[in-house]
Amino acid sequence: MNEIFSDIATPVISGILLGGLYTVIALGLSLVFGVMKLINVAHGDLVIFGSYFAYSIMTYLGFNPVLSLVAGIPLLFAVGFAIQKYFMARVFKRSMEAPLLIAFGISLVFENLYQILFTPMSRGLTTSYSLESFILGDIYIPVVYLLNLIVALIVMIALSLFLKKTFIGQAIIASSQDIRAAQLMGINTARIFCLTFGISAAISAVAGVFLGLTFPFTPVSGIPFLIIAFGVVILGGLGSIIGTFVGGIILGLAQTLGAQYISASAQMLILYVIVLVILAVRPQGLFGR
Amino acid sequence: MPQEILLKVSDIDAYYGSLQVLWDVSIEVKTGETVAIIGANGSGKSTLMNSISGIMHPVRGSIMFDGMDITMMDPYQIVTLGISQVPEGRRIFPDMTVYENLRLGAYNHRARPKREQSFENVYQHFPILEKRKKQLAKTMSGGEQQMMAIGSALMSDPKLLLLDEMSLGLSPIVVNELYYVLKEIRSKGITIIFVEQNVRRTLEEAERAYILETGHVVLSGSAESLRAEEKVKKAYFGA
Repeated sequence: MNEIFSDIATPVISGILLGGLYTVIALGLSLVFGVMKLINVAHGDLVIFGSYFAYSIMTYLGFNPVLSLVAGIPLLFAVGFAIQKYFMARVFKRSMEAPLLIAFGISLVFENLYQILFTPMSRGLTTSYSLESFILGDIYIPVVYLLNLIVALIVMIALSLFLKKTFIGQAIIASSQDIRAAQLMGINTARIFCLTFGISAAISAVAGVFLGLTFPFTPVSGIPFLIIAFGVVILGGLGSIIGTFVGGIILGLAQTLGAQYISASAQMLILYVIVLVILAVRPQGLFGR
Repeated sequence: MPQEILLKVSDIDAYYGSLQVLWDVSIEVKTGETVAIIGANGSGKSTLMNSISGIMHPVRGSIMFDGMDITMMDPYQIVTLGISQVPEGRRIFPDMTVYENLRLGAYNHRARPKREQSFENVYQHFPILEKRKKQLAKTMSGGEQQMMAIGSALMSDPKLLLLDEMSLGLSPIVVNELYYVLKEIRSKGITIIFVEQNVRRTLEEAERAYILETGHVVLSGSAESLRAEEKVKKAYFGA
Protein backbone atom coordinates (compact mmCIF):
# COMPACT_ATOMS: atom_id res chain seq x y z
CA MET A 1 0.00 0.00 0.00
CA ASN A 2 2.68 2.38 1.07
CA GLU A 3 4.67 1.54 -2.01
CA ILE A 4 1.78 2.32 -4.34
CA PHE A 5 1.34 5.66 -2.62
CA SER A 6 4.97 6.64 -3.00
CA ASP A 7 4.86 5.37 -6.59
CA ILE A 8 2.29 8.05 -7.37
CA ALA A 9 3.43 10.67 -4.90
CA THR A 10 7.02 10.83 -6.11
CA PRO A 11 6.25 11.80 -9.73
CA VAL A 12 3.39 14.08 -8.63
CA ILE A 13 5.53 16.05 -6.20
CA SER A 14 8.57 16.21 -8.44
CA GLY A 15 6.32 17.13 -11.38
CA ILE A 16 4.88 20.08 -9.51
CA LEU A 17 8.33 21.21 -8.44
CA LEU A 18 9.69 20.79 -11.98
CA GLY A 19 6.72 22.86 -13.16
CA GLY A 20 8.29 25.71 -11.21
CA LEU A 21 11.35 25.60 -13.47
CA TYR A 22 9.19 25.49 -16.59
CA THR A 23 7.24 28.48 -15.31
CA VAL A 24 10.38 30.56 -14.90
CA ILE A 25 11.58 29.55 -18.39
CA ALA A 26 8.20 30.46 -19.88
CA LEU A 27 7.60 33.79 -18.08
CA GLY A 28 10.07 35.68 -20.25
CA LEU A 29 8.61 34.27 -23.46
CA SER A 30 5.12 35.20 -22.32
CA LEU A 31 6.16 38.73 -21.35
CA VAL A 32 7.74 39.50 -24.73
CA PHE A 33 4.81 38.02 -26.60
CA GLY A 34 2.30 39.90 -24.46
CA VAL A 35 3.88 43.27 -25.14
CA MET A 36 5.38 42.96 -28.63
CA LYS A 37 3.32 40.12 -30.12
CA LEU A 38 6.63 38.47 -31.01
CA ILE A 39 7.38 34.81 -30.44
CA ASN A 40 11.01 35.14 -29.49
CA VAL A 41 12.45 31.93 -30.90
CA ALA A 42 15.82 32.88 -29.39
CA HIS A 43 14.31 32.74 -25.89
CA GLY A 44 15.63 29.24 -25.15
CA ASP A 45 19.11 30.30 -26.19
CA LEU A 46 18.98 33.25 -23.78
CA VAL A 47 18.09 30.80 -21.02
CA ILE A 48 21.08 28.65 -22.01
CA PHE A 49 23.18 31.84 -22.04
CA GLY A 50 22.29 32.08 -18.36
CA SER A 51 23.31 28.45 -17.84
CA TYR A 52 26.70 28.88 -19.53
CA PHE A 53 27.38 32.15 -17.75
CA ALA A 54 26.78 30.48 -14.38
CA TYR A 55 28.87 27.54 -15.55
CA SER A 56 31.79 29.83 -16.43
CA ILE A 57 31.62 31.71 -13.14
CA MET A 58 31.47 28.43 -11.25
CA THR A 59 34.29 26.76 -13.20
CA TYR A 60 36.73 29.65 -13.46
CA LEU A 61 35.96 31.73 -10.38
CA GLY A 62 34.59 29.04 -8.12
CA PHE A 63 31.39 30.87 -7.19
CA ASN A 64 28.13 29.11 -6.50
CA PRO A 65 25.88 29.27 -9.61
CA VAL A 66 23.04 30.90 -7.68
CA LEU A 67 25.44 33.61 -6.51
CA SER A 68 26.53 34.22 -10.11
CA LEU A 69 23.08 35.73 -10.69
CA VAL A 70 24.29 38.93 -9.06
CA ALA A 71 26.20 39.50 -12.32
CA GLY A 72 24.10 37.25 -14.56
CA ILE A 73 20.82 39.14 -14.15
CA PRO A 74 22.19 42.58 -15.12
CA LEU A 75 24.29 41.05 -17.91
CA LEU A 76 21.34 39.30 -19.52
CA PHE A 77 19.16 42.37 -19.01
CA ALA A 78 21.73 44.31 -21.03
CA VAL A 79 21.89 41.60 -23.71
CA GLY A 80 18.09 41.55 -24.06
CA PHE A 81 17.88 45.34 -24.08
CA ALA A 82 20.55 45.51 -26.80
CA ILE A 83 18.90 42.83 -28.96
CA GLN A 84 15.69 44.85 -29.01
CA LYS A 85 17.37 48.22 -29.46
CA TYR A 86 19.89 47.33 -32.15
CA PHE A 87 18.24 44.47 -34.03
CA MET A 88 14.51 44.13 -33.44
CA ALA A 89 13.52 47.80 -33.29
CA ARG A 90 14.89 48.35 -36.81
CA VAL A 91 12.60 45.79 -38.39
CA PHE A 92 9.49 45.94 -36.18
CA LYS A 93 7.64 48.36 -38.43
CA ARG A 94 8.32 46.41 -41.61
CA SER A 95 6.36 43.23 -41.04
CA MET A 96 5.48 40.56 -38.54
CA GLU A 97 7.92 38.07 -40.10
CA ALA A 98 11.04 40.22 -40.03
CA PRO A 99 11.56 40.21 -36.22
CA LEU A 100 10.85 36.49 -36.18
CA LEU A 101 13.64 35.92 -38.71
CA ILE A 102 16.00 38.13 -36.73
CA ALA A 103 15.22 36.14 -33.58
CA PHE A 104 15.92 32.93 -35.48
CA GLY A 105 19.25 34.34 -36.67
CA ILE A 106 20.18 35.38 -33.13
CA SER A 107 19.34 31.87 -31.97
CA LEU A 108 21.74 30.37 -34.54
CA VAL A 109 24.50 32.81 -33.64
CA PHE A 110 24.17 32.02 -29.93
CA GLU A 111 24.15 28.27 -30.49
CA ASN A 112 27.29 28.41 -32.60
CA LEU A 113 28.96 30.71 -30.13
CA TYR A 114 28.30 28.20 -27.34
CA GLN A 115 29.75 25.40 -29.52
CA ILE A 116 32.96 27.37 -30.06
CA LEU A 117 33.33 28.54 -26.47
CA PHE A 118 32.18 25.47 -24.58
CA THR A 119 32.41 22.59 -27.12
CA PRO A 120 29.31 20.49 -27.90
CA MET A 121 29.86 18.46 -24.73
CA SER A 122 27.06 18.24 -22.22
CA ARG A 123 27.57 20.38 -19.11
CA GLY A 124 25.82 20.73 -15.81
CA LEU A 125 25.94 22.97 -12.77
CA THR A 126 27.09 20.52 -10.14
CA THR A 127 27.16 21.86 -6.61
CA SER A 128 27.46 20.49 -3.11
CA TYR A 129 23.69 20.17 -2.87
CA SER A 130 23.15 18.79 -6.39
CA LEU A 131 22.81 15.19 -5.29
CA GLU A 132 21.07 15.83 -1.99
CA SER A 133 17.48 14.89 -1.40
CA PHE A 134 15.05 15.55 1.34
CA ILE A 135 12.84 12.81 2.62
CA LEU A 136 9.11 13.10 3.02
CA GLY A 137 7.88 9.84 4.49
CA ASP A 138 8.96 7.32 1.87
CA ILE A 139 9.52 9.87 -0.84
CA TYR A 140 12.87 11.23 -1.87
CA ILE A 141 12.79 14.63 -3.55
CA PRO A 142 15.97 16.28 -4.87
CA VAL A 143 16.71 19.57 -3.12
CA VAL A 144 17.20 21.25 -6.50
CA TYR A 145 13.60 20.47 -7.46
CA LEU A 146 12.33 22.21 -4.34
CA LEU A 147 14.51 25.21 -5.17
CA ASN A 148 12.84 25.37 -8.60
CA LEU A 149 9.41 25.89 -7.08
CA ILE A 150 10.63 28.41 -4.52
CA VAL A 151 12.39 30.42 -7.22
CA ALA A 152 9.32 30.28 -9.45
CA LEU A 153 7.21 31.75 -6.64
CA ILE A 154 9.78 34.47 -5.96
CA VAL A 155 10.05 35.44 -9.64
CA MET A 156 6.27 35.43 -10.09
CA ILE A 157 5.64 37.59 -7.06
CA ALA A 158 8.44 39.99 -7.95
CA LEU A 159 7.21 40.31 -11.54
CA SER A 160 3.58 40.83 -10.47
CA LEU A 161 4.54 43.51 -7.98
CA PHE A 162 6.78 45.22 -10.51
CA LEU A 163 4.05 45.26 -13.17
CA LYS A 164 1.33 46.36 -10.76
CA LYS A 165 3.13 48.87 -8.58
CA THR A 166 5.70 50.71 -10.67
CA PHE A 167 5.21 53.32 -13.37
CA ILE A 168 7.29 51.33 -15.84
CA GLY A 169 5.38 48.16 -14.99
CA GLN A 170 2.08 49.92 -15.66
CA ALA A 171 3.48 51.27 -18.92
CA ILE A 172 4.43 47.71 -19.93
CA ILE A 173 0.90 46.48 -19.19
CA ALA A 174 -0.62 49.43 -21.02
CA SER A 175 1.57 48.75 -24.06
CA SER A 176 0.46 45.12 -24.07
CA GLN A 177 -3.22 46.11 -24.01
CA ASP A 178 -3.18 48.87 -26.62
CA ILE A 179 0.07 50.11 -28.08
CA ARG A 180 -1.41 53.15 -29.82
CA ALA A 181 -3.27 54.29 -26.73
CA ALA A 182 -0.07 53.81 -24.72
CA GLN A 183 1.80 56.14 -27.07
CA LEU A 184 -0.91 58.76 -26.67
CA MET A 185 -0.49 58.51 -22.88
CA GLY A 186 3.05 59.76 -23.35
CA ILE A 187 4.69 56.36 -23.05
CA ASN A 188 7.87 55.90 -25.06
CA THR A 189 6.89 52.52 -26.41
CA ALA A 190 10.22 51.96 -28.18
CA ARG A 191 11.92 52.20 -24.79
CA ILE A 192 9.26 50.01 -23.14
CA PHE A 193 10.00 47.34 -25.78
CA CYS A 194 13.72 47.47 -24.90
CA LEU A 195 12.97 47.25 -21.18
CA THR A 196 10.52 44.38 -21.70
CA PHE A 197 13.06 42.43 -23.72
CA GLY A 198 15.68 43.17 -21.07
CA ILE A 199 13.43 41.99 -18.24
CA SER A 200 12.55 38.85 -20.19
CA ALA A 201 16.27 38.11 -20.63
CA ALA A 202 16.97 38.88 -16.96
CA ILE A 203 14.35 36.29 -15.97
CA SER A 204 16.08 33.92 -18.40
CA ALA A 205 19.28 34.36 -16.41
CA VAL A 206 17.46 32.97 -13.37
CA ALA A 207 15.84 30.23 -15.47
CA GLY A 208 19.24 29.30 -16.92
CA VAL A 209 20.85 28.76 -13.53
CA PHE A 210 18.09 26.53 -12.22
CA LEU A 211 17.87 24.68 -15.53
CA GLY A 212 21.60 23.97 -15.22
CA LEU A 213 21.15 22.76 -11.65
CA THR A 214 18.31 20.44 -12.69
CA PHE A 215 19.34 19.11 -16.13
CA PRO A 216 22.50 18.74 -18.17
CA PHE A 217 22.64 21.17 -21.11
CA THR A 218 24.43 21.48 -24.45
CA PRO A 219 24.81 24.37 -26.90
CA VAL A 220 21.58 23.33 -28.64
CA SER A 221 19.46 22.83 -25.51
CA GLY A 222 17.74 26.14 -26.18
CA ILE A 223 15.35 24.65 -28.72
CA PRO A 224 13.80 21.87 -26.57
CA PHE A 225 13.34 24.34 -23.71
CA LEU A 226 11.86 26.90 -26.09
CA ILE A 227 9.30 24.29 -27.10
CA ILE A 228 8.52 23.53 -23.46
CA ALA A 229 8.17 27.24 -22.73
CA PHE A 230 5.95 27.58 -25.77
CA GLY A 231 3.81 24.72 -24.49
CA VAL A 232 3.55 26.29 -21.04
CA VAL A 233 2.51 29.60 -22.52
CA ILE A 234 -0.09 27.98 -24.78
CA LEU A 235 -1.50 26.01 -21.86
CA GLY A 236 -1.64 28.98 -19.57
CA GLY A 237 -2.77 31.58 -22.07
CA LEU A 238 -0.50 34.45 -22.99
CA GLY A 239 0.08 37.31 -20.65
CA SER A 240 -1.20 35.71 -17.46
CA ILE A 241 1.38 35.01 -14.77
CA ILE A 242 -0.87 32.61 -12.85
CA GLY A 243 -1.86 30.90 -16.10
CA THR A 244 1.82 30.43 -16.91
CA PHE A 245 2.34 28.84 -13.50
CA VAL A 246 -0.56 26.42 -14.01
CA GLY A 247 0.75 25.60 -17.50
CA GLY A 248 4.21 24.95 -16.08
CA ILE A 249 2.90 22.57 -13.47
CA ILE A 250 0.76 20.68 -15.99
CA LEU A 251 3.78 20.12 -18.24
CA GLY A 252 5.98 19.21 -15.29
CA LEU A 253 3.42 16.63 -14.17
CA ALA A 254 3.00 15.29 -17.71
CA GLN A 255 6.71 14.72 -17.92
CA THR A 256 7.23 13.00 -14.54
CA LEU A 257 4.02 10.94 -14.72
CA GLY A 258 4.83 9.98 -18.30
CA ALA A 259 8.30 8.88 -17.29
CA GLN A 260 6.87 6.83 -14.45
CA TYR A 261 3.94 5.14 -16.15
CA ILE A 262 4.79 5.05 -19.84
CA SER A 263 8.50 5.17 -20.40
CA ALA A 264 11.37 7.34 -19.24
CA SER A 265 12.59 7.73 -22.82
CA ALA A 266 9.17 8.93 -23.98
CA GLN A 267 8.75 11.67 -21.39
CA MET A 268 9.57 14.53 -23.78
CA LEU A 269 7.45 12.98 -26.52
CA ILE A 270 4.45 12.95 -24.17
CA LEU A 271 5.07 16.59 -23.39
CA TYR A 272 5.20 17.58 -27.08
CA VAL A 273 2.08 15.56 -27.86
CA ILE A 274 0.19 17.43 -25.15
CA VAL A 275 1.29 20.76 -26.64
CA LEU A 276 0.21 19.58 -30.08
CA VAL A 277 -3.21 18.39 -28.92
CA ILE A 278 -3.91 21.60 -27.05
CA LEU A 279 -2.85 23.70 -30.04
CA ALA A 280 -5.29 21.73 -32.19
CA VAL A 281 -8.22 21.74 -29.75
CA ARG A 282 -7.84 25.06 -27.96
CA PRO A 283 -5.45 27.33 -29.87
CA GLN A 284 -6.23 30.21 -27.50
CA GLY A 285 -4.90 28.15 -24.56
CA LEU A 286 -6.68 26.54 -21.65
CA PHE A 287 -7.17 29.87 -19.92
CA GLY A 288 -7.05 32.13 -22.97
CA ARG A 289 -10.02 34.11 -24.14
CA MET B 1 -4.90 91.26 -25.74
CA PRO B 2 -3.44 89.72 -28.87
CA GLN B 3 -3.58 85.95 -28.65
CA GLU B 4 -0.51 84.05 -29.63
CA ILE B 5 -0.55 81.18 -32.03
CA LEU B 6 -0.27 77.87 -30.16
CA LEU B 7 -0.44 75.43 -33.06
CA LYS B 8 0.46 76.10 -36.66
CA VAL B 9 0.10 73.35 -39.23
CA SER B 10 1.64 74.53 -42.50
CA ASP B 11 0.99 72.97 -45.90
CA ILE B 12 1.17 69.33 -44.84
CA ASP B 13 0.79 66.36 -47.17
CA ALA B 14 0.18 63.02 -45.48
CA TYR B 15 -0.09 59.48 -46.81
CA TYR B 16 -1.56 56.21 -45.65
CA GLY B 17 0.87 53.81 -47.26
CA SER B 18 0.93 54.99 -50.88
CA LEU B 19 -2.44 56.70 -50.67
CA GLN B 20 -2.35 60.45 -50.20
CA VAL B 21 -4.87 61.52 -47.55
CA LEU B 22 -4.01 65.17 -46.90
CA TRP B 23 -3.16 67.79 -49.53
CA ASP B 24 -1.53 71.02 -48.51
CA VAL B 25 -3.46 71.33 -45.27
CA SER B 26 -2.85 74.37 -43.09
CA ILE B 27 -4.56 75.25 -39.83
CA GLU B 28 -3.81 77.70 -37.07
CA VAL B 29 -5.04 77.64 -33.50
CA LYS B 30 -4.55 80.40 -30.95
CA THR B 31 -4.10 79.85 -27.23
CA GLY B 32 -7.45 79.40 -25.49
CA GLU B 33 -9.45 78.86 -28.66
CA THR B 34 -11.89 76.05 -29.36
CA VAL B 35 -11.59 74.99 -32.96
CA ALA B 36 -13.50 72.32 -34.83
CA ILE B 37 -12.40 70.21 -37.76
CA ILE B 38 -15.45 69.11 -39.69
CA GLY B 39 -15.68 66.60 -42.46
CA ALA B 40 -17.28 63.39 -43.63
CA ASN B 41 -15.80 59.94 -43.20
CA GLY B 42 -12.53 59.65 -45.09
CA SER B 43 -12.03 63.40 -45.39
CA GLY B 44 -8.71 63.19 -43.54
CA LYS B 45 -9.79 64.51 -40.13
CA SER B 46 -8.28 61.67 -38.14
CA THR B 47 -5.11 61.74 -40.23
CA LEU B 48 -4.74 65.42 -39.39
CA MET B 49 -5.22 64.64 -35.68
CA ASN B 50 -2.73 61.77 -35.83
CA SER B 51 -0.18 63.97 -37.60
CA ILE B 52 -0.44 66.56 -34.84
CA SER B 53 -0.07 63.97 -32.08
CA GLY B 54 2.85 62.28 -33.86
CA ILE B 55 1.20 58.91 -34.51
CA MET B 56 1.82 59.69 -38.20
CA HIS B 57 4.29 62.03 -39.81
CA PRO B 58 3.51 64.26 -42.78
CA VAL B 59 5.62 63.83 -45.89
CA ARG B 60 5.74 67.58 -46.61
CA GLY B 61 5.02 70.66 -44.57
CA SER B 62 5.58 71.44 -40.92
CA ILE B 63 3.80 71.46 -37.58
CA MET B 64 4.81 74.02 -34.97
CA PHE B 65 3.55 73.89 -31.39
CA ASP B 66 4.31 76.51 -28.77
CA GLY B 67 7.25 77.73 -30.83
CA MET B 68 8.71 74.26 -31.43
CA ASP B 69 8.89 72.16 -34.56
CA ILE B 70 7.10 68.92 -33.69
CA THR B 71 6.69 67.63 -37.25
CA MET B 72 8.90 64.58 -36.79
CA MET B 73 8.62 64.08 -33.03
CA ASP B 74 7.40 60.83 -31.47
CA PRO B 75 4.00 60.83 -29.72
CA TYR B 76 5.51 60.58 -26.24
CA GLN B 77 7.62 63.70 -26.82
CA ILE B 78 4.60 65.58 -28.10
CA VAL B 79 2.52 64.54 -25.06
CA THR B 80 5.29 65.82 -22.79
CA LEU B 81 5.19 69.18 -24.60
CA GLY B 82 1.47 69.47 -23.81
CA ILE B 83 -0.64 68.00 -26.62
CA SER B 84 -2.99 65.26 -25.53
CA GLN B 85 -5.19 63.33 -27.93
CA VAL B 86 -8.36 61.48 -27.02
CA PRO B 87 -8.39 59.06 -29.93
CA GLU B 88 -11.40 57.93 -31.89
CA GLY B 89 -13.21 54.91 -30.50
CA ARG B 90 -12.29 55.44 -26.82
CA ARG B 91 -8.99 53.60 -26.82
CA ILE B 92 -8.66 52.77 -23.17
CA PHE B 93 -6.88 50.00 -21.29
CA PRO B 94 -9.76 47.57 -20.78
CA ASP B 95 -8.16 45.31 -18.17
CA MET B 96 -6.99 48.13 -15.94
CA THR B 97 -9.05 49.91 -13.33
CA VAL B 98 -10.33 53.43 -13.83
CA TYR B 99 -7.76 54.67 -11.34
CA GLU B 100 -4.90 52.93 -13.15
CA ASN B 101 -6.07 54.29 -16.50
CA LEU B 102 -6.15 57.82 -15.15
CA ARG B 103 -2.81 57.44 -13.40
CA LEU B 104 -1.19 56.42 -16.69
CA GLY B 105 -2.38 59.70 -18.16
CA ALA B 106 0.13 61.42 -15.89
CA TYR B 107 2.98 59.25 -17.15
CA ASN B 108 4.99 62.03 -18.76
CA HIS B 109 7.67 63.74 -16.68
CA ARG B 110 6.02 67.13 -16.72
CA ALA B 111 2.68 65.79 -15.41
CA ARG B 112 3.96 63.30 -12.86
CA PRO B 113 4.68 65.74 -10.02
CA LYS B 114 1.22 67.32 -10.44
CA ARG B 115 -0.54 63.98 -10.33
CA GLU B 116 -2.55 64.37 -7.13
CA GLN B 117 -3.74 67.80 -8.19
CA SER B 118 -4.72 66.43 -11.61
CA PHE B 119 -6.70 63.61 -9.99
CA GLU B 120 -8.68 66.17 -8.01
CA ASN B 121 -9.25 68.19 -11.14
CA VAL B 122 -10.50 65.19 -13.14
CA TYR B 123 -12.75 63.97 -10.30
CA GLN B 124 -14.19 67.46 -10.10
CA HIS B 125 -15.09 67.41 -13.80
CA PHE B 126 -16.30 63.80 -13.73
CA PRO B 127 -17.41 62.82 -10.18
CA ILE B 128 -18.55 59.42 -11.49
CA LEU B 129 -14.92 58.47 -12.14
CA GLU B 130 -14.08 58.83 -8.47
CA LYS B 131 -16.98 56.54 -7.56
CA ARG B 132 -15.88 54.01 -10.16
CA LYS B 133 -12.15 54.25 -9.63
CA LYS B 134 -11.67 50.63 -8.58
CA GLN B 135 -13.77 49.24 -11.40
CA LEU B 136 -12.21 47.63 -14.49
CA ALA B 137 -12.45 50.02 -17.41
CA LYS B 138 -14.09 47.49 -19.71
CA THR B 139 -17.04 47.07 -17.36
CA MET B 140 -18.14 50.69 -17.70
CA SER B 141 -20.68 52.14 -20.12
CA GLY B 142 -19.55 53.82 -23.34
CA GLY B 143 -20.21 57.27 -21.94
CA GLU B 144 -18.25 56.56 -18.77
CA GLN B 145 -15.38 55.17 -20.84
CA GLN B 146 -15.32 58.35 -22.90
CA MET B 147 -15.28 60.43 -19.70
CA MET B 148 -12.37 58.32 -18.51
CA ALA B 149 -10.55 58.78 -21.82
CA ILE B 150 -10.95 62.56 -21.53
CA GLY B 151 -9.94 62.32 -17.87
CA SER B 152 -6.75 60.45 -18.81
CA ALA B 153 -5.94 63.13 -21.36
CA LEU B 154 -6.43 65.83 -18.71
CA MET B 155 -4.09 63.96 -16.35
CA SER B 156 -1.24 64.70 -18.76
CA ASP B 157 -1.60 68.42 -17.96
CA PRO B 158 -2.23 69.44 -21.57
CA LYS B 159 -2.10 72.87 -23.15
CA LEU B 160 -3.89 71.55 -26.20
CA LEU B 161 -6.56 68.85 -26.12
CA LEU B 162 -7.40 66.94 -29.32
CA LEU B 163 -10.77 65.19 -29.31
CA ASP B 164 -11.39 62.79 -32.16
CA GLU B 165 -15.10 61.97 -32.69
CA MET B 166 -15.88 62.40 -29.02
CA SER B 167 -19.64 61.96 -29.37
CA LEU B 168 -19.60 58.97 -31.72
CA GLY B 169 -22.06 56.32 -30.56
CA LEU B 170 -23.07 58.12 -27.37
CA SER B 171 -26.56 59.14 -26.27
CA PRO B 172 -27.53 62.82 -26.61
CA ILE B 173 -27.69 63.15 -22.82
CA VAL B 174 -24.11 61.96 -22.44
CA VAL B 175 -22.96 64.16 -25.31
CA ASN B 176 -24.54 67.19 -23.63
CA GLU B 177 -22.73 66.34 -20.44
CA LEU B 178 -19.41 66.02 -22.27
CA TYR B 179 -19.86 69.39 -23.99
CA TYR B 180 -20.69 70.94 -20.65
CA VAL B 181 -17.40 69.65 -19.23
CA LEU B 182 -15.56 70.88 -22.32
CA LYS B 183 -16.79 74.39 -21.50
CA GLU B 184 -15.39 74.03 -17.98
CA ILE B 185 -12.08 72.81 -19.40
CA ARG B 186 -11.94 75.75 -21.81
CA SER B 187 -12.57 78.17 -19.01
CA LYS B 188 -9.35 76.93 -17.42
CA GLY B 189 -7.43 78.08 -20.46
CA ILE B 190 -6.93 74.78 -22.23
CA THR B 191 -7.04 75.04 -26.00
CA ILE B 192 -9.28 72.49 -27.71
CA ILE B 193 -9.45 71.06 -31.21
CA PHE B 194 -12.26 68.69 -31.84
CA VAL B 195 -13.18 66.60 -34.81
CA GLU B 196 -16.81 65.80 -35.49
CA GLN B 197 -19.20 64.71 -38.17
CA ASN B 198 -22.20 66.43 -36.63
CA VAL B 199 -21.91 69.86 -38.23
CA ARG B 200 -24.83 71.61 -36.58
CA ARG B 201 -23.74 70.78 -33.04
CA THR B 202 -20.08 71.40 -33.76
CA LEU B 203 -20.68 74.90 -35.11
CA GLU B 204 -22.59 75.71 -31.92
CA GLU B 205 -19.77 74.60 -29.66
CA ALA B 206 -16.68 75.86 -31.51
CA GLU B 207 -15.50 79.40 -32.06
CA ARG B 208 -13.90 78.63 -35.39
CA ALA B 209 -13.92 75.69 -37.75
CA TYR B 210 -12.12 74.18 -40.71
CA ILE B 211 -14.04 72.08 -43.16
CA LEU B 212 -12.14 69.23 -44.77
CA GLU B 213 -13.18 67.49 -47.95
CA THR B 214 -11.16 64.59 -49.36
CA GLY B 215 -8.00 65.83 -47.72
CA HIS B 216 -8.31 69.54 -48.61
CA VAL B 217 -9.34 72.45 -46.41
CA VAL B 218 -12.27 73.76 -48.42
CA LEU B 219 -13.59 76.35 -46.00
CA SER B 220 -12.60 77.96 -42.76
CA GLY B 221 -13.69 80.79 -40.55
CA SER B 222 -15.66 81.68 -37.46
CA ALA B 223 -18.45 79.31 -36.55
CA GLU B 224 -20.95 82.08 -37.08
CA SER B 225 -19.80 82.90 -40.60
CA LEU B 226 -19.69 79.22 -41.53
CA ARG B 227 -23.27 78.73 -40.35
CA ALA B 228 -24.30 81.50 -42.70
CA GLU B 229 -22.22 80.24 -45.61
CA GLU B 230 -24.39 78.98 -48.50
CA LYS B 231 -22.08 76.09 -49.31
CA VAL B 232 -22.17 74.77 -45.79
CA LYS B 233 -25.92 75.10 -45.62
CA LYS B 234 -26.29 73.16 -48.83
CA ALA B 235 -23.76 70.47 -48.09
CA TYR B 236 -24.46 69.85 -44.44
CA PHE B 237 -27.82 71.23 -43.44
CA GLY B 238 -29.67 70.30 -46.59
CA ALA B 239 -31.14 73.78 -46.90
